[in-house]
Amino acid sequence: MLKAGHLNFDITALDRLSCAESPAHRLDARVKLLTAVAFIVCVVSFPKHEVSGLMQFFLYPVMMAAVGGIPFGLVARKVIVVSPFALMVGAFNPFFDTAPAVSIGSVAISGGWLSFASIMIRFALTVSTAVILISTTSFHGVCRALEQLGAPAAFATQLLVLYRYLFVLGDESRRMLRAFEARSFGEGAPTPGMKTVSHLIGALFLRTVSRAGRIHAAMTARGFDGEMRTMRQDRIRLSDALFAALAISAFVVMRTMNIAAIAGSLVTEGAR
Amino acid sequence: MHMADALISPAVGGAFWAASLSAIAYSSRKLKRETDEKLVPLTGVLAAFVFAAQMINFTIPGTGSSGHIGGGLLLAILLGPHAAFIAMASVLVVQALFFADGGLLALGCNIWNLGFYSCFVAYPLIYRPITGNAAGNGRKHVFAAVVSAIAALQLGAFSVVLQTMFSGVSELPFKVFFSFMQPVHLAIGIVEGAVTAGAVAYIRKAGWHENSLPAGLAYKRLAWGIIAVALFTGGALSWFASTLPDGLEWSIERTTGGSGPAASGAGELAASTAPIVGGAIVLGAILAAGFLVSMLMKKNA
Repeated sequence: MLKAGHLNFDITALDRLSCAESPAHRLDARVKLLTAVAFIVCVVSFPKHEVSGLMQFFLYPVMMAAVGGIPFGLVARKVIVVSPFALMVGAFNPFFDTAPAVSIGSVAISGGWLSFASIMIRFALTVSTAVILISTTSFHGVCRALEQLGAPAAFATQLLVLYRYLFVLGDESRRMLRAFEARSFGEGAPTPGMKTVSHLIGALFLRTVSRAGRIHAAMTARGFDGEMRTMRQDRIRLSDALFAALAISAFVVMRTMNIAAIAGSLVTEGAR
Repeated sequence: MHMADALISPAVGGAFWAASLSAIAYSSRKLKRETDEKLVPLTGVLAAFVFAAQMINFTIPGTGSSGHIGGGLLLAILLGPHAAFIAMASVLVVQALFFADGGLLALGCNIWNLGFYSCFVAYPLIYRPITGNAAGNGRKHVFAAVVSAIAALQLGAFSVVLQTMFSGVSELPFKVFFSFMQPVHLAIGIVEGAVTAGAVAYIRKAGWHENSLPAGLAYKRLAWGIIAVALFTGGALSWFASTLPDGLEWSIERTTGGSGPAASGAGELAASTAPIVGGAIVLGAILAAGFLVSMLMKKNA
């Protein structure tokens, strides 16, 4: 139904990818998380008219996806699916910033079009990096990394519980909607009205609470005391440190040097 | 109305990260101190409930469109603000990672816009004072829920506008963006409030009683703490950004072929086509390399 199928498809596809084996998967989760954050900060710190200087940053997501075996098509599809908000806000730039900034031959391009292009490129870079992070690290890996980096343990545990019950409750709400449709003879289809929906949500809440009670009883019976313990030992190996050093220094170089402009001027000079 | 990484600056992103993290830390500590560990699985499962509830789309009367509830206010009413805030924050973490709704840097902004106002402003400052301690089902409760939802969504929408303005990536004038966002979210707020009130009434009729708000909340201290941390981070980051303009200005000059209106002529032409040609070369090279590496990885596997 509507969004429900979409939800399960999205998560299971990424979840399956995160179970694979590759050099990108083997990297320590903390290192990958911090590298991704450094990457995003570098990308969004460019001035708003930057276009060509952002191109070289595609190196990181493309390489991570290639090494990690993440299909480019899947990443591209995710980027397109979530683009409407940035597209909508960015699309106003050409209307408000009409001063010509660049000319190609006799055609002048306004600053607004440049900054619009810049927003969409930033968008593609940041979204694809987040998608690739989760599909090479897994949600459990990211949660553990968050906890090791100092997030409250209760918050990390809560994220894990949320993730585990997402599918269970997603199915529950899908069953309720199917039952509603079966009883409503097309009335109010495809979606229920406000009164019905408040009852549906109320019923879903009550079922959730009683399920949570049973879950808690089962967890306490198995010795849960508010802390998640794992056998896994996470160590930052030499390869992790090398990767972080290499990636972050590459970001700094790319942030200060516009390779596209240099390559472009070499080519256009050479052509003349 | 998820904020996107592409629209914010590092200073804005960092400041709201700091603010949201301190609110999360505060709520976690509060939960740990005042309840047993029982609430950890409970809030986790209830965060999953928020997801499931957001999947239920309904028809919005008079518009023909459909929408879903946010759920922050509902949880705050039923579980108290701390558990609700933690649940909303974790929902947004999952949305940022799996659905790329927003992004990693904008996550702080999103937790703030969609979680903080409903749990720590609308609920304690509007809903509780109107309804008092009575757990009734009357008109007062519907009114309180609608007003609180409107307030939370207005504040959230206003935050989106402010964050966009301070980041300066978008060219949208403040007035235009403001006069678009606020009325839209007024309508959404009325619907959210009505559905929330209906759901709360239904849940209470079935005999559920909420945990009452723990006495003596240190709201004032929380507020000052958050403001201090956010200002410090934002200030530090923008100072850092302003001391680094050299490479940046150089690259602007390179891209735009000098600032201001460009004159035509052979020299100008070369300056402006170069970045485009170069950009295409760089992108092509990266994609080709990526393709090669992925073929190699497949062969080895």
